[in-house]
Amino acid sequence: MYDPTVARLTYRALLGRRRALILGALPLLLIAISVVVRGLAGADDQTASDLLGGLALATMVPIIGVIAGTGAIGPEIDDGSVVYLLSKPIKRPTIIFTKLIVAIAVTMVFSALPTLIAGFILNGNGQQIAVAYTVAALVASIAYAALFLLLGTVSRHAVVFGLVYALVWEALFGSLVPGARTLSVQQWSLAVAHKVTGGELVTSDVSLTTGTVLLVAVTVLATWYAGQKLRSLTLAGEE
Amino acid sequence: MTTLSIDHVSRWFGNVVAVNDITMTIGPGVTGLLGPNGAGKSTLINMMGGFLAPSTGTVTLDGKPTWRNEAIYKHIGIVPEREAMYDFLTGREFVVANAELQGLGAKAAQKALATVEMEYAQDRKISTYSKGMRQRVKMASALVHEPSLLLLDEPFNGMDPRQRMQLMDLLRRMGDEGRTVLFSSHILEEVEQLAWHIEVVVAGRHAASGDFRKIRRLMTDRPHRYLVRSSDDRALAAALIADPSTSGIEVDLAEGALRIQAVDFGRFTALLPKVARDHGIRLLTVSPSDESLESVFSYLVAA
Repeated sequence: MYDPTVARLTYRALLGRRRALILGALPLLLIAISVVVRGLAGADDQTASDLLGGLALATMVPIIGVIAGTGAIGPEIDDGSVVYLLSKPIKRPTIIFTKLIVAIAVTMVFSALPTLIAGFILNGNGQQIAVAYTVAALVASIAYAALFLLLGTVSRHAVVFGLVYALVWEALFGSLVPGARTLSVQQWSLAVAHKVTGGELVTSDVSLTTGTVLLVAVTVLATWYAGQKLRSLTLAGEE
Repeated sequence: MTTLSIDHVSRWFGNVVAVNDITMTIGPGVTGLLGPNGAGKSTLINMMGGFLAPSTGTVTLDGKPTWRNEAIYKHIGIVPEREAMYDFLTGREFVVANAELQGLGAKAAQKALATVEMEYAQDRKISTYSKGMRQRVKMASALVHEPSLLLLDEPFNGMDPRQRMQLMDLLRRMGDEGRTVLFSSHILEEVEQLAWHIEVVVAGRHAASGDFRKIRRLMTDRPHRYLVRSSDDRALAAALIADPSTSGIEVDLAEGALRIQAVDFGRFTALLPKVARDHGIRLLTVSPSDESLESVFSYLVAA
């Protein structure tokens, strides 16, 4: 199910110079803001929770997910180099699964890890806030990577659609329209985080069961469908 | 021995028919797929390689379908026309990756790199390669698993004459070894130099099939048109029309030139300079006016 060569090629493509800069910029920004906030306002649990919830989980994680998820396959399909993977005796779902693992790993490293660091800077993990949001970021990384990997296989404009989803749906609607929150990876992951830490500052609009079921369902379905899309991917010639 | 069978295959994209009811069998040796740009060659090759489903008909390799059948790639090597190929890798890393994806190791990759004579630049990034070098590394990636069927889409595009000769030698060797090699081209000379067998595709249809000499004769025996300017057009016209190698001459006053239709290509090309010299006429322009491939091919289709 996992092909180390496909993984290596995907890592190298994802962590190429330009993409790595974009991937690194947001986490650095989060950490920088955390340092400034801590310096100006001191350690405050509510501030820490607001910043990690509003900036890290609602904005940074989905954006990193978009870059890693779509970037794990989109460019290869766009420029046609995916032909070198497809013209091999490797099952297409194996290619997708491998790329998913890579996308998850990259999203986790560039979103969950900085969230943890930022949390410790903000209030030293008081009330388990840093750990709670890190857990949420880890869980969300899996669903986002799967979702955006699928997007990368079905659309040439995956990055645009992905960003629209991440910023408009998750960040804007998710915080303004209560109903939209039920269908939000962010809320599902918060449900898990809430359970893990049991604190009062990290809460979700959905129950743990709903959140978990939806997370698993979205991840599995997106991955399965991406595998199917790749099986019937046609490479049109340049004519 | 590997045989690729294309059986009543059509492929359309929306309202556009790219490939129209083509049936052909490609056996061992080198086969050239000849046709003008846009004739449907790439569409056909994509279907042969299992990257595109035929709208109707079947493409099979030794009886097994190529579409949605990953196992088939143990036997197929593909050299795509598109340039893109993991430019951030070195040539060696790229070929090694391709070998690993075939379940092979660095040794197979090294052998393939040696076959295409790219060892000298194997540790340079692909992004620094010239077009010809890219083409050879693509070849190496297609050869790592020593496939019995090799599909190449316009492999000579952008290559200089020396690289072209090297690649032709290589493909000839593959054919001699009993592999089935199919390459597409829109250049008659390329196909003529290399292919044992030619399949001609024009506007999505299978226009001709067979030995290249037969097809070549069909192509050269057609009436040729020339535009000629000289120091004395009328005297030249009078001298030329007397010879049976011409079938019509028009004095085009607007262009200030002669439009000549020749029926015997070989004889006419020898006659023209001789007649001009004998009559003391200077030839200023001699240009074939219908040498575009499309006209050659359309003549062939009509024949």
